[in-house]
Amino acid sequence: MDYETHEYDVLVIGAGGAGLRAAIEASAAGVRVGLLCKSLLGKAHTVMAEGGVAAALANVDDRDSWKVHFADTMRGGQNVNNWRMAELHAREAPDRVRELEAWGAVFDRTPDGRILQRNFGGHRYPRLAHVGDRTGLELIRTLQDQGVHRGIDVHMEFTVVALLTSDGRAAGAVGYERERGRFKVFRAAAVVIATGGAGRAYKITSNSWEGTGDGHSLAYHAGAELMDMEFIQFHPTGMIWPPSVQGILVTEGVRGEGGILLNSEGRRFMFDSIPEPYRNQTADNEDEGWRYTQGDKNARRPPELLTRDHVARCIMREVKAGRGSPRGGVFLDISWIKKRLPKAEEIIRRKLPSMYHQFKQLADIDITKEPMEVGPTTHYIMGGVRVDGDTQMSTVPGLFAAGECAAGINGANRLGGNSLSDLLVFGKRAGEYAAQFARENPTAPLDQAQVRAGAEDAVKPFGNTGPENPYAVQAALQETMQSLVGIVRTESEMQEALAELTRLTARASVAAVTGHREYNPGWHTAIDLRHLLTVSEAIARSAIERKESRGGHFREDYPDRMPEFATFNIVTRKATDGSMELRRVPIPEMPPELKRIIEEQK
Amino acid sequence: MAKATFKVWRSDGDAGGYRDYGVDTVPGMVVLDAIHQIQATQAPDLAVRWNCKAGKCGSCSAEINGSPKLMCMTRLNSLPMDEPVTVEPMRAFPLVKDLVTDVSWNFRVKKTIAPFVARRADAPDGTWRVQQKDIDRVQEFRKCIECYLCQDVCHILRDHTMHDEFIGPRFLTYVAALEMNPIDAGDRVAALKDQHGIGLCNITRCCTKVCPEHITITENAIIPLKERVVDQFYDPVTKLLRIFRS
Repeated sequence: MDYETHEYDVLVIGAGGAGLRAAIEASAAGVRVGLLCKSLLGKAHTVMAEGGVAAALANVDDRDSWKVHFADTMRGGQNVNNWRMAELHAREAPDRVRELEAWGAVFDRTPDGRILQRNFGGHRYPRLAHVGDRTGLELIRTLQDQGVHRGIDVHMEFTVVALLTSDGRAAGAVGYERERGRFKVFRAAAVVIATGGAGRAYKITSNSWEGTGDGHSLAYHAGAELMDMEFIQFHPTGMIWPPSVQGILVTEGVRGEGGILLNSEGRRFMFDSIPEPYRNQTADNEDEGWRYTQGDKNARRPPELLTRDHVARCIMREVKAGRGSPRGGVFLDISWIKKRLPKAEEIIRRKLPSMYHQFKQLADIDITKEPMEVGPTTHYIMGGVRVDGDTQMSTVPGLFAAGECAAGINGANRLGGNSLSDLLVFGKRAGEYAAQFARENPTAPLDQAQVRAGAEDAVKPFGNTGPENPYAVQAALQETMQSLVGIVRTESEMQEALAELTRLTARASVAAVTGHREYNPGWHTAIDLRHLLTVSEAIARSAIERKESRGGHFREDYPDRMPEFATFNIVTRKATDGSMELRRVPIPEMPPELKRIIEEQK
Repeated sequence: MAKATFKVWRSDGDAGGYRDYGVDTVPGMVVLDAIHQIQATQAPDLAVRWNCKAGKCGSCSAEINGSPKLMCMTRLNSLPMDEPVTVEPMRAFPLVKDLVTDVSWNFRVKKTIAPFVARRADAPDGTWRVQQKDIDRVQEFRKCIECYLCQDVCHILRDHTMHDEFIGPRFLTYVAALEMNPIDAGDRVAALKDQHGIGLCNITRCCTKVCPEHITITENAIIPLKERVVDQFYDPVTKLLRIFRS
């Protein structure tokens, strides 16, 4: 097998926000950096982030501070977060946002000319720095433009098929470039995985085709541990009609700007059940909720801005009780604000331009005049590679992970806006510590046998002749995960899912690919499938193991939150016989000063 | 469920042509859905770029019935479905395969533009004070999703292939976003004239018409930049001053 070899000190896999931020930081540390993107540079899923980046800048409400942000994040994650990561994230996010402005990002402004911040679910004060509803685009463009002037080597449309290791240490990666289908080997002293999520394991998802859990699976097969894989975030508001747009995200910003959720009876059902930990912070009447969205510091937030896991479940409850909208969701209404505000239509178009555009163009709905129909969509995976909170290094020396593919910061449920800040804070840290690791450790030797095995395995589908088609297997996998390991879970259904995953793995191994290796989506789908199968198995097994309900994980057979389950994380690892091994890893004791903050912020 | 015919450009090496595919249509369908259906059921190796499927990433640019558009935002009910729908790659860029083109020229051009440089901060904490009205226009330009449809229709690039002399509407808009950013301290006016070829644009507005983000490229970005070039280099008074000084 012919292949080109490239050598770097730090290899970054994935060029969304986390990967770009890591590459910039490593490059600033003076080491040679290679950056691999699955798509073209600047097209990663980060562009889809809408609402904003959470950082306690306290520009809009001076009562905000890193301590409040820390406590909000832990409360949202229901206390199974890596508290060290939650602390670092809250402390460092403001600097990371200000740094973006110094690199050319143009955020919306407060009347006194500072970065404007908006309300979002689970955040006590208006905390999300934003640019209308296209914050992710602003962030990725800023990082991309910063990166290209720093001498980082960018390899676009490149897919990694296997990580290379040497004596249990990261040594690089092997993969193919999409355009010609040629293999390339990247040797590096340190490797940062920043590959994002795995939403494509589900039928209804806000994720693009790229979200196939590549980094989760690559790290797992290279010997790293995964953690919290049972925690999937189903975003409460995805589009549900027409069928072709099912799953596309409707930003939480709609609710931040005063949008309300209604059932078929016209009732604001979110007032019906407010979880105890949030009772003190949540409005008990419509007027107070409205005043909060308009900046009244004495008002408490409306229940539409409770955490995503809770809102998604409330929507499911309404639908199941027969109070859903005609197409099986509920109504999200922002047009009603015209009863309260002059020039409401103009305000909606200015604050939520891409939502206006999206509904107008794809669903023939004018959101300034009529409600949207929305329902939950698979959005984010809290679980990922288990890393050290400070350095982001996985359990494999020299292998780092940052952003959505790393676990810890979000616990059982992520707050909106915390992903953009997560990828900035921990992208930077991963880049910094990967560069340090590379300076302290020479590149590990290259194992030709691993390269050969990775490449041969990748081209195997071309040798299959059977009628099985990778697109059909992927569709069946998505159907299985959606119906058996979705928002509401039970042991029997998940066991059924595991059995089905075994059958799907067999089908995937004989799925045939036609044509040649040049830009062949059928082939790419076949390769993505393997990652999806690994990640799906980890999700199902971890979800079976957690016999309680917490955050994004809801068990119909164990509907309550159990205090004993707050003391550990579920960790997945590849056993020596190749099977998936699970264990419960205790959460370390939180230091008294952090405990005190949580008490103070109750 | 209605049937429709799609004539899709297929290529292998240098040879290429349209191939007809039957598609089952459902309400609300967009062209990208049809392409996906063809991939999943008839042509698994049909090459196409796409990511977000929501008009936010600018990957799925193509020419649909001859018009440059995003496939993910083009509803079938906006097209005459009693005739075949033609889908072909952007013609201003070299073909890679089927609907995928080589857009790497755009990435090289961007690198030639002087990057953002922050001016001195306004506040002791290292931050700036900027009014919303002063950045409204910059934010309009920064909506750009880099789909390169404007580059595809620009006749300087498409018909005259002056890629070495002219950076195209996308990057004139990019320069405008930098030049009009109240925090930026750079100066790209001389480069606009000498390297970026702004004088070649004869404001036919083709770029503005195809922009899926509705950025008024010609009026808000290109014309004001042309005025800056004129003010700095062709204003008779400054010209005289320059002659005296040299």
